[in-house]
Amino acid sequence: MKLVIAIIKPFKLEEVRDALVAVGVHGMTVTEVKGYGRQKGHTEIYRGAEYAVNFLPKMRIEVAVPTDRVEKVVEAITTSAKTGQIGDGKIFVTAIDQALRIRTGETDVDAL
Amino acid sequence: MRMQTSPVGVVAGVIAAVSLALFAAPALAETAPSKIDAADTAWMISATGLVLMMTIPGLALFYCGMVRKKNVLATMAQSLACTMLCSILWFAVGYSLSFAGDGPWLGTFERAFMRGTTMESVSPLAATIPEMLFMMYQMTFAIITVALIAGAVADRMRFSAFLWFAGGWLIVVYVPIAHWVWGGGFLAKAGLLDFAGGTVVHLNAGIAGLVAACLVGKRYGYGTDNFAPHNLSLAVIGTGLLWVGWFGFNGGSALGANSRAAYAIAATHLAASTGALTWMALEWGIRGKPSVLGMISGAVAGLGTITPASGFVLPWHGIVIGLIAGAFCFWACTWLKLKIGYDDSLDVFGVHGVGGATGTLLTGVFAVAMLSADPDTPEGVAGLIEGNARQVLIQLYGIVATLIWSGVLTYILLKVIEFMVPLRVSQQQEIEGLDLTQHGEALQ
Repeated sequence: MKLVIAIIKPFKLEEVRDALVAVGVHGMTVTEVKGYGRQKGHTEIYRGAEYAVNFLPKMRIEVAVPTDRVEKVVEAITTSAKTGQIGDGKIFVTAIDQALRIRTGETDVDAL
Repeated sequence: MRMQTSPVGVVAGVIAAVSLALFAAPALAETAPSKIDAADTAWMISATGLVLMMTIPGLALFYCGMVRKKNVLATMAQSLACTMLCSILWFAVGYSLSFAGDGPWLGTFERAFMRGTTMESVSPLAATIPEMLFMMYQMTFAIITVALIAGAVADRMRFSAFLWFAGGWLIVVYVPIAHWVWGGGFLAKAGLLDFAGGTVVHLNAGIAGLVAACLVGKRYGYGTDNFAPHNLSLAVIGTGLLWVGWFGFNGGSALGANSRAAYAIAATHLAASTGALTWMALEWGIRGKPSVLGMISGAVAGLGTITPASGFVLPWHGIVIGLIAGAFCFWACTWLKLKIGYDDSLDVFGVHGVGGATGTLLTGVFAVAMLSADPDTPEGVAGLIEGNARQVLIQLYGIVATLIWSGVLTYILLKVIEFMVPLRVSQQQEIEGLDLTQHGEALQ
C-alpha cells in the first residue's frame, strides 16, 4: 500500500477529485496548507506598512492506494492538477505499513 | 506581586463620595425660559443616536477590522468600555463641569447628576432643546473622543489600565477643553471657532494618542512581523457607520433642525468624499494600486478635518478641505510616522490629530459670516477669505492650547496610572493575544 500525497493549487481540487474517482479512488483526505517552492509570494501594503507574504495557499490531498494502482493515480493527479504555470505543486509517494477501517476492523488492502 | 485594585470599584466610590457632597449643598441651578422646539428636539434626539452609533459599533468595527485576529474582541472592548464608563461619569460630573457655569477654566457642579433640571430646563448653550438631551448629545461626543485614543495603543494596552485611563482622561483632559471651547470658557471667549470638535475631539484625541503610543511603546514585532489587518471588511462597515453617523456629529452641532445643519452635512459629506478620492489617487499614483484601506482612511481624514469647519464654511469649501485633508493625512500616516518612528497602531494622530489641527486652522481661513449669523450675533463670524485674517491666529491659539493641555496631562495621567498597574500587557500576553489574555475569549 502506498500513500500518495499531492500538493496542488486550491482551485484544482474538484478536477483532481473527479480524475481520482475515474481511476477508482473513492476516498481522500484534504487539508488547506500554505507553502512555496519556485512560485514567489506577493506583497501587501496597508497604509504605508508593507508585508511580504511568502506562503501561498495550497491544497494537500492524501490518498491511500494499493501498490499496483499507484502509477495510474499519480498520472491522474498530474494531468488534472497541471496548469503549466509555476506553482502547480508536487506529488510524493510513501509506503504505508498498516491500514485499518475503524468501523468494520478490515485491514490493509480491504481497508482502502 | 501585582496590584489588583478594581478600577470600576474605585470609580464608583469616587462618584458616591462626590454625590454625597453635592446633594448636601443647595441647588444653584437657574433655568433659562423654556422655548423647547419640537423640530429641533426631534432632530437632536436622532443626532444623539447617530453619534452614539459612531462609537458602537462604528469605531469598534473600524478599529477591530484593522488589528490582528487575536486582538479583535479586545479592541471592541475598548470602545465598549468608553461607552459604559464615560456615560456614567459624564452624567455624574462631566456634563456639569463642561457646560454648567461659564468660568474661564471650568464649569461648576450645579448640574451634577443633572440635579435641578426639569422637563422644561434648557441650557443657554442650546436653548431650544431639553437640557437632558443636550447633556446626552454632548455625552456621545465625550465617549467617542476617549474611544478614539484606543486606536493608538491597540494590540498592547492592558484593559485595566485602559479603564483607568478612560475615566481619568475624560475628567482631566476632555472636560476642561470642552468647557474652554464650547462651555463658555476662555477659548470660546477668545472667539475660537470649532463647530463640532476639531480641537475638543480630534486634535485632543490625536495628541493624547501620540503621547500614549510613545509611552506604551511599540508593539512587539513592529516592523518585522506581519501585522496585516484581520478583516478589512469590518473596517469598511465601520467607516460607513462613522460616515453616516457624522451627519449627526456635524449636522447635530447646529443644535437645531435648520439650514445650518444642512450646510454642515453637505460640507461634511463632500469633505469625506474628496478626502477618500484624494487618498485613493495618491496611493494609486505612488504605490500603484488604490487600496480600500486608503479609501476609508481618506474618508475619515476628510470627516475629521471638516469637523470644526462644517458649520462655518460653504459646502464647496468642504471639497477643498477634504482634498487638503486627504493629502496631508496621507503624508502623516505613510511618511511622517515612519520617519519619526512611533507606533500609532491605527493612526489616531495621523488622521485625527493632524486632521483636527488642519481643520481648525482652515476654519479660520474659510469661515463665511453668513453661516454663523444668528439673533445673538447677526453679523456672524468671518474668516480670512472674507477679510478677517485675525481669525486664523485665534484658531492657532486654540490649537496650541489644546495641544499643550492634552499632551501634558495625558502624559501625567498615564504616569500616574503606571504606578498602579502596568500600562502594557506582558510580552507573552501580547504574543498570545489580548482577546484570550485580557478577556478569556477568542474568535473561533
